[in-house]
Amino acid sequence: MKAGAFGQPAVAVPAMVLLLIVLLAAIGPWLAPQPFDAIDFDADWAAAPSLAHPFGTDDLGRDLFARVCVGGRLSLAVGLVSTLVSLAIGVLWGAVAGWFGGRIDALLMRLVDVLYALPFMFFVILLMVLFGRHWLLIFVAIGAVSWLDMARIVRGQTLALRRQPFIDAAIVSGLGSTAILVRHVLPNLGGVVIVCATLTIPQAILVESFLSFLGLGIQEPATSWGALVNDGARAIDATPWGLIFPAGFLATTLLAFNRLGDALRAALDVPGR
Amino acid sequence: MLSRAATRLLTAVPTLFVLVGLSFFLMHAAPGGPFDSERSLAPEVEARLNAQFHLDEPAWRQFGRYLGGLLHGDLGPSLQYEGRSVAGLIGDGAPVSAALGAVALLLALTGGVALGAIAALRRDSALDRGLMLLALLGLSLPSYVVAPLLILVFALALDWLPAGGWDGPASVLLPAVALALPQLAAIARLTRGALGEVLAAPWIRAARAKGLPERLIVFRHALRPALLPVLSWLGPAAAGLMTGSVVVEQVFGIPGIGRYFVQGALNRDYTLVLGVVLFYGALVVTFNFLVDLAYGLLDPRTRPT
Repeated sequence: MKAGAFGQPAVAVPAMVLLLIVLLAAIGPWLAPQPFDAIDFDADWAAAPSLAHPFGTDDLGRDLFARVCVGGRLSLAVGLVSTLVSLAIGVLWGAVAGWFGGRIDALLMRLVDVLYALPFMFFVILLMVLFGRHWLLIFVAIGAVSWLDMARIVRGQTLALRRQPFIDAAIVSGLGSTAILVRHVLPNLGGVVIVCATLTIPQAILVESFLSFLGLGIQEPATSWGALVNDGARAIDATPWGLIFPAGFLATTLLAFNRLGDALRAALDVPGR
Repeated sequence: MLSRAATRLLTAVPTLFVLVGLSFFLMHAAPGGPFDSERSLAPEVEARLNAQFHLDEPAWRQFGRYLGGLLHGDLGPSLQYEGRSVAGLIGDGAPVSAALGAVALLLALTGGVALGAIAALRRDSALDRGLMLLALLGLSLPSYVVAPLLILVFALALDWLPAGGWDGPASVLLPAVALALPQLAAIARLTRGALGEVLAAPWIRAARAKGLPERLIVFRHALRPALLPVLSWLGPAAAGLMTGSVVVEQVFGIPGIGRYFVQGALNRDYTLVLGVVLFYGALVVTFNFLVDLAYGLLDPRTRPT
């Protein structure tokens, strides 16, 4: 990874925005006037934003600022954990396919092609319907369906790396395949993997919010941005702030991750998909 | 050409088989049966129900039965809509969903190509940056955020278009826009990238050197090769439109397949959910197949020599 990538404004600005959002989600609930699941019986239900409740309250009198922060924790956590799951599968899959080549490569990548043609979002929904709505399953299911891009990109990069002289040197010096993969190939995948992971995070957040929108994601009283947007969308004519604040945070976060991914790709000189 | 089509078809068939098998055995591995959620039934009633839907047979037998039914378009009975078959429910919703999807695809294609081309021709101008930021925003805004916002502005505040339902062309517009927006944004980004690359190619310089007017250069020489990546995007775009239609049909109250899917998922109507997943999967696989074929026809480089 080239030093100074974070000095460029195209990278620094979305990174700062994300840092702010993460900070707010982390410490926001302590700044809020009441816990995210507590009901304020003094305030009106579905009250407009005010000094006491900066984002207003929902139809049960719960503070929306606290709920947006707590929902943000969950949405961001889903993004990160699911991406880590997809990273683990995708890097391993792609590196093995690219390194060993031949029949193994053909078999592994043909499988990726087959999976690519399936409408994966529906599989996640099917999983949630069949196996209940446990939050751990959400993390794993989303990660398990979003590793295909990673596998393809890592494979391409590994193929290119294999032709490099320092890999030849490692082979000549008698290092085994596994050792070369772990010690020489994986570390050199850094840039590609970082860019791809940055672009996978918003996808995962989007899938979770989609599930929550359908009522299959996170269950009350816990919440996520998707669940909040769903609540807000139902009461849009009476309490528009219920939609605007969570939707604003969700969209800003996704936009920032996408911008960051694009900028990192340019800064690290990584080929596009 | 024919051999290419044959190999593509040979990949499409196992893909569909994987789809059916994976979905079926997932459903089978799920804890609990479809009749568990209701009040506990008398054992003999449950046995009768299980026998009626062949749930008492071994899994491989059921799978064979399901596959056999599939071959003549039978997706089994719906578990919640009493007396209705899954195929019948899908058949009711399909024309509505197809109409909505077609309008959205048309919007996404025309709008996306036009905006992407404008951005590419004015590369690095303020207009280009603005359009691309908008496109990224379009990709970042999920359709269930866009759809209620559209209703708020165009139906409730301005009262120009109906807020939902499915009667007449006016009611198609808002859901189609909500559905098309993310795909439009993706196509605009693709078109800009591809057209930018083509405009830097030597044959464009040759066309310029010949003194061709800019309009001819763009429309006759540059746009056509630049649209190939857009063509190959149509497969994922179709999948995206189907996923989006689930939400959009729900928000606008449109009686399409997407709404059955949501209701089936919430009611644990296993056969209905499975049927819709298979239907969508088959559509996506078919669409990818057709796109592949078209790609082979349009791009001479992919033809076998």
